[in-house]
Amino acid sequence: MIRLNMLLLLAVVICALGVVTSQHKARKLFQDLEAEQDRAKQLDVEFGQLQLELSTWATPPRIEKIARDKLKMRTPEAGKVISATAATGLSAGGLAP
Amino acid sequence: MMRFKGHLAHKFAESPVLRLRLPAWRSRLMALLILGCFGVLLGRSFYLQILNNDFLQEKGDSRYRRDLEVSASRGRIADRNGDVLAISTPMKSVWAIPADARLTPQQTRQLAQLLEVDDKEMARKLASDKNFVYLHRQIPPEVAEKVAALKLPGIGQNKEYRRFYPTGEMTAHIVGFTGVDDKGLEGIELAYQGQLLGRAGSRSVIKDRRGQIVEDVGSIKPPQDGKDIRLALDSKIQYLAYSQLKQAVLDNKAKAGGAIVIDAKTGEILALANWPTYNPNNREHLSGAQLRNRAVTDTFEPGSTLKPFTAALALEKGKFRFDSVIDCAPGRLTIGTATISDAHPHGALTVAQVIQKSSNVGVAKIAATFAPQEMWEMFDAVGFGQIPRLGFPGEVGGRLRPWKSWRPIEQATMSYGHGISVSLMQLVHAYTVFARDGDLLPLTLTRADGAPPIGAPVFSSQTAREVRAMLEMAVQNGGTAPKAQIPGYRVAGKTGTAYKLESGQYVKKYVASFVGFAPASDPRLIVAVMIDEPGGASHYGGDVGGPVFAGVMGGALRTLGIPPDAPLRLEASTLGVQVAQTPAVKEKL
Repeated sequence: MIRLNMLLLLAVVICALGVVTSQHKARKLFQDLEAEQDRAKQLDVEFGQLQLELSTWATPPRIEKIARDKLKMRTPEAGKVISATAATGLSAGGLAP
Repeated sequence: MMRFKGHLAHKFAESPVLRLRLPAWRSRLMALLILGCFGVLLGRSFYLQILNNDFLQEKGDSRYRRDLEVSASRGRIADRNGDVLAISTPMKSVWAIPADARLTPQQTRQLAQLLEVDDKEMARKLASDKNFVYLHRQIPPEVAEKVAALKLPGIGQNKEYRRFYPTGEMTAHIVGFTGVDDKGLEGIELAYQGQLLGRAGSRSVIKDRRGQIVEDVGSIKPPQDGKDIRLALDSKIQYLAYSQLKQAVLDNKAKAGGAIVIDAKTGEILALANWPTYNPNNREHLSGAQLRNRAVTDTFEPGSTLKPFTAALALEKGKFRFDSVIDCAPGRLTIGTATISDAHPHGALTVAQVIQKSSNVGVAKIAATFAPQEMWEMFDAVGFGQIPRLGFPGEVGGRLRPWKSWRPIEQATMSYGHGISVSLMQLVHAYTVFARDGDLLPLTLTRADGAPPIGAPVFSSQTAREVRAMLEMAVQNGGTAPKAQIPGYRVAGKTGTAYKLESGQYVKKYVASFVGFAPASDPRLIVAVMIDEPGGASHYGGDVGGPVFAGVMGGALRTLGIPPDAPLRLEASTLGVQVAQTPAVKEKL
């Protein structure tokens, strides 16, 4: 009888320690998860800011200004444009570069 | 159990206490008292655990549980290619509780410097008798960190989103803007407020002594970010429309202008520009004139741009043919007491030439053969007098009076676009019947995916084809708008030059307009341009609106990669040198 009781007591103690450690681990992991989620949010915000920056740099007025003033580009006259038909368009596209 | 009987006493150790014979009531009283105490305990626990449980639980929770709000961001607005037109990014707002904020003058100065506000203004705010004041709203996070590092008492911060519009004034009228509290105030921001707005979530957590979250308790309500809106707008075409319109308004010393580009196949609004405009990122000193989304909210008498509808009805009813001859001499027509005249007198013209030369007399003569009801029904069918219901704030339906009250002279003037008013949006919408095979396509602000929509038939495809041919003539040499020609493409369109109405009287101010589509062999785009009060050398729709149309349409066709449908005869004669060079270019390819 006493032996069984001692055995059960031991089992209880082991279980109790197990609960304590797993709780501790769970909290550690939870904090890690929290930190990662915060980072994800932070990165999302940064992505938004970069997207904003990208579209600010890529506004058509700015592109046109650079193309015209800096790169000296201009729209070709209609007479200079050759339009490739759909059938030859593929091969022409492949050769172009 | 607790009673001690006298005769048993001697069995225990001799005790004087036990030898006393006490009255039985004393022990009973004792028992009763103890029972009473238990009763009180029971009652108390009932009071605490059952009656007051909720309240106490809440009090207990508040000692270690924290309810956090999880903020959600407002949806983005992007153009059809995914380029961002409006985006929210978190900022900080700095507030103060004046009663708690006891700052030294030096601290106040330091804070004012960081927040870039006036010293005196800051001191005034801090001295106010309000419970709560915002010192500066929406400052960048870096600055907010510096403010937090000062560790000033009574000064706090909260997170707020600020909306940015990278394309600025170019798309101001279509995108609109939001107020400081994320509420849409204009344009798409207002029209799609319900979808764009995010819903903040909440969660309750247990925090430890260091303020770190230890675990979630209770249910978590996840935040719902606002939906992103993908517009039909094409930034490149929008830029073309905006820059060309701006140039035209400035060149012609006009008061204002509007331009719309739509896709004739899908009904998508590819561009919508107005001048004057404003910068939605900086809305100080904003005037009503800048805010007006004229293309949608302002109506005007369209003038000759309505003539093709009269001609189409004539063809549709079988009363006239494409080449039926109408005598327009001597360029004047008297109906009742009023006289209609042409800007340039013409002789006998075919129906097609009436449109090409834009003869008021000719159109009025055609219109005289209709019953008022027929004409009203046609105007109604193409959407005049009806609010377009695109979802834009402040949309108007224009003015189309009921046919029963029409007088003959009114019917005549309406046939060439006076006595009826429309918005530019309605006009471009109505022109879908000619750009397509006679059906009126519903317009959409958002990108349309899936099967191309089918419009409501108004005219037969035969009629639409014939009117298209007439409109092509109007742009060719000999028509009213040779300036709307685009090399390499077949273009069709109609000019309009209308007098403005001011307090019921026609005055010597004009609205010049042009509506057209291209390529005429299989129309893909419709462009409508309206210039309000051109004050330059010419006020005619062909001279003022035509070049804008050509610039926008030419650029848009090239942007979309639509193949030219006209031989380059014109260029072959005028640009001989360049044509000679083309074989070399071909070899290089």
